[in-house]
Amino acid sequence: MLGPYRVLDCTGPLGWLTGRLLADLGADVIKIEPPGADLGDPGWRANNVNKRLLTLDLGDDAGREAFRRLARDVDFLLESAAPGSAAADLFDPEALNAANPKLIHVSVTPFGRSGPHAEWLASDLEMMAAGGAMSLAGEPDGLPVRVSVAQSYGWAGAQAALGAMMALTHRSATGRGQHVDVSAQAAVIASVAHAPASWDLLGVNSTRAGAFMTGRSVHGANYRVFWPCKDGYLNFIIYGGFAGRRTNASLVAWMTEAKAELGVLAEIDWAGFDPTQATQAEVDAIEDPVGRFFLTLSKAEFLQGAFDREMLGYPVFNVADIAADPQLEARGYWQDLPGPGGRAERFGGGVAIVDGERLALVRPVPSAGEHSREVLGEMGFDPSEIDGLIAAGAVGDK
Amino acid sequence: MSGVPQALAGVTVVEFGGYAAGPWIGKVLANFGAKVVHVEARDRPDGVRLQYPPYKDGKVGINRSGCFSYFNDSKYAVTLDVKKPGGVELARRLTDWCDIVIENMRPGVMARIGLGYEVLKETNPDIIWLSTCNMGQTGPRAATGGFGSQLSALAGFTGLTGEAGASPMLLYGPYIDFVAALVSAPAVLAALDRRKRTGEGAYFDVSQYECGLSFIAGALFDYHANGKIAERAGNDDAVAAPHGAYRCRDEGWLAVSCWSDEEFARLAPAVGRPEWADDARFADAAARRANIAALDEGIEAWSAPLDAGEAATALQTARVHAYRVNTMADLFSDPALSHRRTWRVRRHGEIDDQAYYFPGFDLSETPGDIPGPAPLLGHDNEIVFREFLGLTDEEYDTHLANGVI
Repeated sequence: MLGPYRVLDCTGPLGWLTGRLLADLGADVIKIEPPGADLGDPGWRANNVNKRLLTLDLGDDAGREAFRRLARDVDFLLESAAPGSAAADLFDPEALNAANPKLIHVSVTPFGRSGPHAEWLASDLEMMAAGGAMSLAGEPDGLPVRVSVAQSYGWAGAQAALGAMMALTHRSATGRGQHVDVSAQAAVIASVAHAPASWDLLGVNSTRAGAFMTGRSVHGANYRVFWPCKDGYLNFIIYGGFAGRRTNASLVAWMTEAKAELGVLAEIDWAGFDPTQATQAEVDAIEDPVGRFFLTLSKAEFLQGAFDREMLGYPVFNVADIAADPQLEARGYWQDLPGPGGRAERFGGGVAIVDGERLALVRPVPSAGEHSREVLGEMGFDPSEIDGLIAAGAVGDK
Repeated sequence: MSGVPQALAGVTVVEFGGYAAGPWIGKVLANFGAKVVHVEARDRPDGVRLQYPPYKDGKVGINRSGCFSYFNDSKYAVTLDVKKPGGVELARRLTDWCDIVIENMRPGVMARIGLGYEVLKETNPDIIWLSTCNMGQTGPRAATGGFGSQLSALAGFTGLTGEAGASPMLLYGPYIDFVAALVSAPAVLAALDRRKRTGEGAYFDVSQYECGLSFIAGALFDYHANGKIAERAGNDDAVAAPHGAYRCRDEGWLAVSCWSDEEFARLAPAVGRPEWADDARFADAAARRANIAALDEGIEAWSAPLDAGEAATALQTARVHAYRVNTMADLFSDPALSHRRTWRVRRHGEIDDQAYYFPGFDLSETPGDIPGPAPLLGHDNEIVFREFLGLTDEEYDTHLANGVI
């Protein structure tokens, strides 16, 4: 879909996903990395598949001049230079726009390119803190925690891709590019759903829920959310309402078939059960036999059983479980591409199936300098110029 | 609605569905100028209107849902009941009119009610259609419905949150729904661009599960390549030490991380422990990790009597990674967010003033905005059906009489 467009991708982790999303949609994405960059990092490889690679030293004068030439001819520029740094000077939106009025220039930074914290240092931890996400995860009386795999990069990178596409929509109507300014902090706020509205409307400052659902019962009863099972944990909640009644009844039927001890479940009338009115003792009496039953199930058994019986709930999967999930396999989600040393590398594919075909990964992860000559040649550098840049160390060859 | 040129001016979107995953896409598109129509049946309105707090003054009401309004600012809302006579035909006029359809019903529901892509494409051949649901439209478990909060467990997120060896932790709300919305929305605009060039439409089959996995792509790669299973690790990091959350005054918390020996040399005096810089126990990252308890204790001894925001400022002045762990209340006073006008207050018909979220990006020539509050149920029936679609008085009155509108 984005076949006619060329993207210069100068990003660090905050922007890798942006170029990946555009590449999967068909754009020619040229990743720029400095000589000596670590291309073995799993996060780098997963997010920079489907791109070409130009090894270019943006700290070198000749390299910077080469960059300016490239920037005159591309449709998109993605970068995540720290505001106020020397790197950011190279990415001055006005200068870039003057040299290439159709350029869509996307900056992805922790707090945006301007403002009182623009030059503050922030890694994923600080961005998840700044965006409110950390305050809502962890035990209620424990530490606020981030997700142990960096998430702020995704929140920022996805919104950057969306902003880039909006700018493209405008450009196709007017011929003019513009600057897209992304704040990872502001982007992370999308992850806390409607929690800000509770503060805004009711002065309720939402707190960490931990592993139990609180605040549902007028008697202060807590409902278990995570249940140990045979090989990990399950995510299951005793719900009320129509959907809850069905799930709960299906669970009791399942337990009955499995000849599990039912306790109070043998007699319970789900139609009359209102979670908002239950006492902790009542909840415990329900959850006790459920907990013992779940201990007999593996994650995979619960997944299949819940599906077969149309029950709400999922196992808590890890990456190994996800990798083995037949649902993903059936949809052709995984794609293998040749990696270093002839070994195949496996990737999660494009995020959508379009007109019956998944957005494809057409390029394996590039190696250092792999496309340096090719890209520079296409962009109007003649062979002697390219040789010169390589000899001077400003450009890396393969 | 805005005097400033809008990036998505002239783009029209119709949404079938509710809750978060579909409507959030429409909301962000509307913030940048698209005309987005949210479709509900009067007898079966968007489920989120009556199921989750907060409500204005704590009183439940169909137009008092802070949750619905937070997900649906800047849109038009119509009531349209496809189960009443003439309803499907009216829905078809909407899909004939628009550029983009977004639906987040369970697979097969739209087709069953007569609004399947294949059928509606007959009269709008270049329509761009996004179907988004938990598992996608195909596969052995395609029929699964469920809450995004629980899907977030299947997609790995909750297992990666919490202390090592202890229970997984909840993430707030339907975390993965918002990932899916933001990761799939660019594709819709890419299709729009292609359509301008070639005249083709597109049908997108999106799985929220698959979209979510793009946020743990590195961990999945590491498993496939190296057999490594990523685990929750509290606030630990493989590289940085210290790296964690520290108590401050008034139940505040401070996030601090240190990524190099040079940064540690700046951190030490900033927390009142200049002697740490020469202490062999903290000489490099490995040593710091091995002796992290002493460091964490020392940092918290410094931070405990301080305001978290002031502590962060002090550390940033020393060029150390730090930020206040913002609560929801803190988000509304954060100076970096105020600079971007992240919270834009608009007056809603029943909720009165509400602060709406402006997305985390903006455009220089065609900046976005929150052009209006979320709509009351059926608020825009007249403007959408009469003005946009051109229904005659007779047609409109007939649909009203039949209970369609």
